[in-house]
Amino acid sequence: MSQKIIIDPVTRVEGHGKVTIYLDNDNNVSQSRLHIVEFRGFERFIQGRPYWEAPVLVQRLCGICPVSHHLAAAKAIDVITGAGKGDGLTPTAEKMRRLMHYGQIFQSHVLHFFHLASPDLLFGLDAAIDIRNIIGVAKENKHLAVMGIMMRKFGQEIIKVTAGKKIHGTGAIPGGINKHLSVEERDSFLKGDNSIDQMIDWSLEALAFLKNYHKNNKDFIDNFASFPSSHLSIVRKDGAMDLYHGVIRAVDYKGNRILDDVDYHDYLDYIAEGVKNWSYMKFPYLKHLGPDKGWYRVGPLARLNTCDFIPTPLAQKEFEEFRSYTGGKPNNMTMHYHWARLIETLHAAEVMKELLNDDDLLSGELVIKGEKQSEGVGVIEAPRGTLIHHYRIDKNDRIEMANLIVSTTNNNNPMNLAVNEAAKQMMQGQREITEPMMNAVEVAIRAYDPCLSCATHALGQMPLEIVLKDKNDTIIQVKRT
Amino acid sequence: MNTLIYAYGNPGRMDDGLGSELVNALEKWVLENHKENIEFDCNYQLNIEDAYEISTKDLVIFVDASKEDIQDFVLTKVDENSKMSFTSHEASPGYIYYLSKKLFDRSPETFLLHIKGYKWDFKQGLSNGAKHNLHKTIAYMKIILTEPEKILKLKHNIIQN
Repeated sequence: MSQKIIIDPVTRVEGHGKVTIYLDNDNNVSQSRLHIVEFRGFERFIQGRPYWEAPVLVQRLCGICPVSHHLAAAKAIDVITGAGKGDGLTPTAEKMRRLMHYGQIFQSHVLHFFHLASPDLLFGLDAAIDIRNIIGVAKENKHLAVMGIMMRKFGQEIIKVTAGKKIHGTGAIPGGINKHLSVEERDSFLKGDNSIDQMIDWSLEALAFLKNYHKNNKDFIDNFASFPSSHLSIVRKDGAMDLYHGVIRAVDYKGNRILDDVDYHDYLDYIAEGVKNWSYMKFPYLKHLGPDKGWYRVGPLARLNTCDFIPTPLAQKEFEEFRSYTGGKPNNMTMHYHWARLIETLHAAEVMKELLNDDDLLSGELVIKGEKQSEGVGVIEAPRGTLIHHYRIDKNDRIEMANLIVSTTNNNNPMNLAVNEAAKQMMQGQREITEPMMNAVEVAIRAYDPCLSCATHALGQMPLEIVLKDKNDTIIQVKRT
Repeated sequence: MNTLIYAYGNPGRMDDGLGSELVNALEKWVLENHKENIEFDCNYQLNIEDAYEISTKDLVIFVDASKEDIQDFVLTKVDENSKMSFTSHEASPGYIYYLSKKLFDRSPETFLLHIKGYKWDFKQGLSNGAKHNLHKTIAYMKIILTEPEKILKLKHNIIQN
């Protein structure tokens, strides 16, 4: 008899979702789905609010990546206030925002690697559940656990001094930023035991740990839940990695450009969102290729596939090694998201060091204004991938339309494919579903570091479940981990 | 005695902002009254790096809004809890305390102050009932912060107003 497996909740991801795996009569995986079952409501909620409130309001979307939403919204509102299309801010404002953003990238990547992903690498897929967490990591490798916490703290402190506070930060305002960095604040990051130099050293150490793991577990890291795909991100106009501003570029699995450095303000000309009746999360795709061929991956792996180079020396060296691993072609290995994420962590640390040594942060004009526009788009590379905010206002300066395409939504189709590949590799022909098999499916999802609350614009906590079903849609087994 | 008052919750969800409102009020009072060695912090939720932060203190009082059936407010002693949530969206005071002990070899006296809330809609501002509870909690905390050492002598693990 054919079967269906349900995993609920999927653990160590940001949010809550549900996985259904269909088995045929021979216990072979016939189809897998990652369902997002929370109602999407934020885009409607924000309608009617004054446009200048958007950068603060949207932070309520998520307690994990409020800074990304804050900055994407601020970039869109910059356009509405006539402050240019991402290139019109004063040097001080742009650099303060960049520091805030790279602090967010740093702390988010560190949290994901050390807190959510490293237990799988240290203990394996079949380890007992009660050691697959940071306490387990601490018992095995205390230095690694402490390093993760201190790096995360550094990034959070950067956010605090640039956004003004941890909750509802107000740093980015329409047309600029609301504060300078003080000399004392700057020096607190440049000196001492936990300085930016220490962060760079620890980033290199984390990379060395991962590369050593890769060397010893090559088959798993290279082949688990892997599949060919296109990749999309913004890049700087000269092709450099730039996580704050740029043009949209997409490449196919062979490396051919399928979106050639287009202006993100025209994203609606290139990107559409499909819907499925079993998920609240939409399925974005490139219009000219259609929903079946136009889907793509975003996030660290995609960004290392789309950019031509990384404009900081240590990360560039790591990038060259990463690229040479696939002979310069796009890397389509799902577990290499972790490798890419740590290269970006190093890059973020290097960028923060450059910015902290830049006197433009200490003084200079903060805000610029111009002729008001009725519509604005802001795009940023959030930790989990390309994040799009789009607002249109009415004659009373109130938001009448908001459209958000968040990173995890952009990765919706790839995450479903990754789940299917993992299920095929671990469950094919099995008559009994074991805990390690369940965790394997979660590991595939976790590589994308999804934030499911963001993806559905959830208004509350969103708890995720694996369900095993037969071909007649009858539930055979439900697993809540 | 190095003391940290750490509130968590989302002020964009009405009474979930009780903790940050308490911190705002007490921070002002501490400044006006020149109290020393008392620090404050707020966040949407507790995070793993908070383990380091509390490891540098002697006394930590976490503050959270509560949906439980309590009167006004309740202060409870926090015990270690090694269980992590399925997501980093949710870390308990007990888990943060446990991390501090395991990773930094420090076990500050740790309490959780629950303040009763009633409304959790998606907007800013406290309900009238929450405001009432907040004022009572502020008065109680001013007494505690006048002599923080006294909290260590409390006989019971739960102090119900």
